[in-house]
Amino acid sequence: MSIKGLPRREFILPGTAACPGCGLTLALRHVLKALGDRTILVVPAGCTSVIQGVAPNSSFAVPTLNIAFAASAAAASGIVNGLDAQGIRGVNVAVWAGDGGTADIGIQALSGAAERMTDMIYFCCDNESYMNTGIQRSSSTPPGAWTTTTPTGKREPKKDMPLIMAAHKIPYIATACSSYPIDLNSKVEEAKNIRGTRYIHILAPCPTGWRYPSERTVEVGRLAVETGLWPLYKIRDGRFEISIQSKPLLKESRRRPVKEYLEAQGRFSHLTQSEIDNIQGIVSAMWERLSLMDNKDIFKGW
Amino acid sequence: MVNLILDTGNHMVGHAVRAARVQVIAAYPITPQTSIVEHLATMVETAKLKARYICVESEHSALAACVGASYVGARTFTATSSQGLAYMHEMLHWTSGSRLPIVMAVVNRALGPPWNIWVDHTDSLSQRDTGWIQIYCSSNQEIFDTIIQCYKACESPEVSLPAMVCLEGVTLSHTLMPAIIPEQFEIDEYLPPYRPAATLNPERPKTFSNIFKPEDYMRLRHEMDRAMVRATKILEEAADEYSTHFGLRHHGGLVERYRLEGAEAAIVALGGLASEAKVAVDQLRMRGLKVGLLRVRVFRPFPKEDVRRLAENLRFIIVLDRDISFGMEGILYTEVKASLYDLSERPSLAGFIVGLGGVDVKSSEIADLVTKSMEGKFKGTVWVEV
Repeated sequence: MSIKGLPRREFILPGTAACPGCGLTLALRHVLKALGDRTILVVPAGCTSVIQGVAPNSSFAVPTLNIAFAASAAAASGIVNGLDAQGIRGVNVAVWAGDGGTADIGIQALSGAAERMTDMIYFCCDNESYMNTGIQRSSSTPPGAWTTTTPTGKREPKKDMPLIMAAHKIPYIATACSSYPIDLNSKVEEAKNIRGTRYIHILAPCPTGWRYPSERTVEVGRLAVETGLWPLYKIRDGRFEISIQSKPLLKESRRRPVKEYLEAQGRFSHLTQSEIDNIQGIVSAMWERLSLMDNKDIFKGW
Repeated sequence: MVNLILDTGNHMVGHAVRAARVQVIAAYPITPQTSIVEHLATMVETAKLKARYICVESEHSALAACVGASYVGARTFTATSSQGLAYMHEMLHWTSGSRLPIVMAVVNRALGPPWNIWVDHTDSLSQRDTGWIQIYCSSNQEIFDTIIQCYKACESPEVSLPAMVCLEGVTLSHTLMPAIIPEQFEIDEYLPPYRPAATLNPERPKTFSNIFKPEDYMRLRHEMDRAMVRATKILEEAADEYSTHFGLRHHGGLVERYRLEGAEAAIVALGGLASEAKVAVDQLRMRGLKVGLLRVRVFRPFPKEDVRRLAENLRFIIVLDRDISFGMEGILYTEVKASLYDLSERPSLAGFIVGLGGVDVKSSEIADLVTKSMEGKFKGTVWVEV
């Protein structure tokens, strides 16, 4: 598959209220292309509530339910059961939430819906902070990052949502990045044809909150992957598989230094060399763990 | 053909949910609502009720799931009590603002802390301003009838609002009483399937509840208020049609009037507390005192006109509140007073805080409060502690 092979039809119409260079909108564009028109989208509070535009207009061409912050996975449960009760089949019920709506306020409803094996695809579009309210720390903010509520840099690790979802033994979990539309497309296509709860966690660079020029969104996303900070993988029925874009990074020599990713963004500009070395160490340790999981059934005995 | 059954208030909720052909139920267990969810889940698992039952992980999610299901056109139901209702608070607004005709049973119970599982009306009354219709029942038959009627009224395009059907924890929820259940085909004739005007539908994509400009937001809120006012009429029509259709005892006025003929004084109360007050009225009438009762069934929309008409020929109104708005007075008392404000002549009013957290309220005690009020011994708000 090449970029020209992606579906032509657009479900995000001109006139969004997104910031220039928005990685989230780019990711959503490709997600909706892959999901197609038989889709119902559930959106909790976040950037996407604004990006749609102001009523009576909407820039989304799929039916969209805006819902309270903590409620998206539960509302999707209701939609799935409501359609089922009426014998309506063949509709993708998808949640499109941010990292706050997923890893913080929405985690209870998400965990509940996943444990009930709700037949939905849940997308966490992760820009690593509460960007819509003006860049406040979430549990998905990476260590070291400046936000308006971590003015000297976050001290705690980033919550590992994909592996929390793996602990629910759902049939499909994947990571993706808005800079890799073909990988994203193939993962959504794969998820679409599986029943049960599917979870795709997409890293989406945010020029507004990450403090980089808006034309560098694709480049910053690629640096996140190429430095090994954001590994692309999928877990299908427990089988952990590092995606081809990240696979070479199993060799440490193939990883670009994290410094290149960190230096590209203002949110990390305060980091000292020893703090950067520390983050490099976190990445190395993570890849040791990934190499142990690759091509293994991680659900076995878990 | 009708069936006469003997069952608890909570089970009567389940019978009504089945009769209404509810399609999606999402609920979370809480004492004293629990036997509702057990009954519903059992009926679904044994295929006595053709519905989906979602075992959600919280009340917030219970109502969110009902919202999702209702948005795709399914008839939905949930039930809760006390803390659970408080936990739903955000979604209560989301439901009414979305104009979804979800019906919920609220088994009234005291709010903590400290823990208390007994009856109290503060849980639902403190959700007064969430845009939900609120109806307080006083018998198991009324619970059944009211749930069926609520689907009819709430799904009317002129209303499109959710409703809470409130029943008192333990005293009503766990008490066996006989009730008449009409034949299913008759209920189907009365209550046709839910057909909303707009749904989440891939054939006709629409975006719901994105950002609205202030002027548009205010217009929507005004329309909600108008719908709530229209519900006054629609609820009465739904009840009248129910009575005509089934030939059953009428449950469904905004208020129930009891022995008000020639009354000098009237008690005003909600639910089962009003049932106890009826006994007090009988005792007082036997002693020659001209006392009656106005039971407020529908608390939202509030029956202002009924309360005003009541006041015209009375010298005393005695309001019983099993609830409290801290720093003010009983919530029902406030509503009654507000309804009477612009009358040129008002009866003398007294409001009593009684029975919080399940304290027993005896008819003899109510009778005593009424006689003392009529002797002018009480005015304003009085806490009746034991």
